[in-house]
Amino acid sequence: MTQETVDNPQVKKEKDKTATRFVWRRKHLLGLQDLSRRELVHILDTAAGFQEISQRSVKKAPALRGKVVVNLFFEDSTRTRNSFTLAAQRLSADVLEFTAKTSSVSKGETLRDTARNLEAMGIDIVVIRHSSGGATHLLSKCIDACIVNAGDGYHEHPTQGLLDIFTMRELRGDLTGLKVAIVGDIAHSRVARSNIWGLHTLGAQVYLVAPPTLMPSGVRELPVQVSHDFDEIIGQMDVLNMLRVQFERIGSSVFPSTLEYSRMFGLTVERMKRAKKDVIVMHPGPINRGLEIESEVADGPNSTVLRQVSNGMAVRMAVLFLVNQAAAAEKKKSRRVNG
Amino acid sequence: MKVILKENQIAELLDGIAEEITAATAAGVSLALVGVRSRGEILAQRLQKLIQDKWSSKVDLGTLDITLYRDDLNQMSYQQPEVRTTEIDFGIDDRLIVLVDDVLKTGRSVRAAMDALIDLGRPQAIRLAVLIDRGSRELPIRADYVGKTLEVPPDKTVQVYLSEVDEREEVVVE
Repeated sequence: MTQETVDNPQVKKEKDKTATRFVWRRKHLLGLQDLSRRELVHILDTAAGFQEISQRSVKKAPALRGKVVVNLFFEDSTRTRNSFTLAAQRLSADVLEFTAKTSSVSKGETLRDTARNLEAMGIDIVVIRHSSGGATHLLSKCIDACIVNAGDGYHEHPTQGLLDIFTMRELRGDLTGLKVAIVGDIAHSRVARSNIWGLHTLGAQVYLVAPPTLMPSGVRELPVQVSHDFDEIIGQMDVLNMLRVQFERIGSSVFPSTLEYSRMFGLTVERMKRAKKDVIVMHPGPINRGLEIESEVADGPNSTVLRQVSNGMAVRMAVLFLVNQAAAAEKKKSRRVNG
Repeated sequence: MKVILKENQIAELLDGIAEEITAATAAGVSLALVGVRSRGEILAQRLQKLIQDKWSSKVDLGTLDITLYRDDLNQMSYQQPEVRTTEIDFGIDDRLIVLVDDVLKTGRSVRAAMDALIDLGRPQAIRLAVLIDRGSRELPIRADYVGKTLEVPPDKTVQVYLSEVDEREEVVVE
């Protein structure tokens, strides 16, 4: 009997875990660039424990009961915002929705004042989206609450990066050596940056594929390989992460026509024929159908678009849970020092 | 450190618990075992095998992670709990669920486990099986099936080591 249970992989996994205990200490999640491999793996492992909540009849657990999460959104969002709201609610937190357009920000209130006023109402976690790359970092310096970056400028969108990586890991296990192409509007993409840092740390090989005008300026300093020819590399790739062309951020024309863009860099049914049979096709949404990806591919068997959305819930629950745990530990520590 | 139970004694106690569970379970009642991570999970696996051998039929087995239901989540620093997966791949509505844990002390884990279970459905009844009841209760909770009852001062720890995860098999007071 003993032999049989020792061979049980679940029990074995358990053993490995107890042998190397890790404690999460960050009360903010601002980006993936600074996270160690250990920290990334801890978030992903924790997220796996939250997947089951969304499949139950009672989609609720009391882990954040009595906590207040504020969604501080200075930019439009449906997916990310709803996902964070639902994630917080599933952990029994109270959620305050804040939209810049309908708030005192439109009367000229500064970010710092807005946040400090919200904090005075007793909030615990701020989920922030802002058009400026440094906004989340600034906020983490001026208030006590936990800060979770939900996208800041062209900087990072860590929970999107995490849910993309979670999805790849769910389908492929170990990411070491996995070839991931990030295709399209990389210059304007915080999603790309979070993916690059997270994937690099976990040992995947990242390829950026875009016309030169849509490559970020500091691309040479990134741990990636660059290609301007999608057809040349598509056959070697395990994952194709197709980014949205962000028309709202593109000032002057960076490519001659949308038709030409989709012919060169769009994921068409025709182009899919050159890819590996089991290639994972990802898109962070919202999709410009027919531009960066054809509908048949976006809805096809290789597409993980909807799986990404479901996994996003689990990842965001895990992040909210972990930052709150770190904050609780910090409070306890300072109480001990003072008293 | 004092050894309370050795390998063969643990096996005997589990045999006894399995015997009691089968005796108390009327024919036609749909029994399922749910182990509380992590030692309870292993004890539940062993009980499942013992009961299946008696009945020659399959008994459902699940694992519950109670981390999200703990009442000390905001008071911890020295030992941050790790969230792991709950794996119960059967419906628990109208089932007789026997929760399995290694040590019953304050009763707080059992409270958390019951809340977690009830969020998954509405069992016909929940019973509790533990290898050791060591006293020091803080909630009005008792076990239905107990391997051994001990009087241990609250500041001591009763540690159950199981060969599957610990490379030794014994119960000690530390």
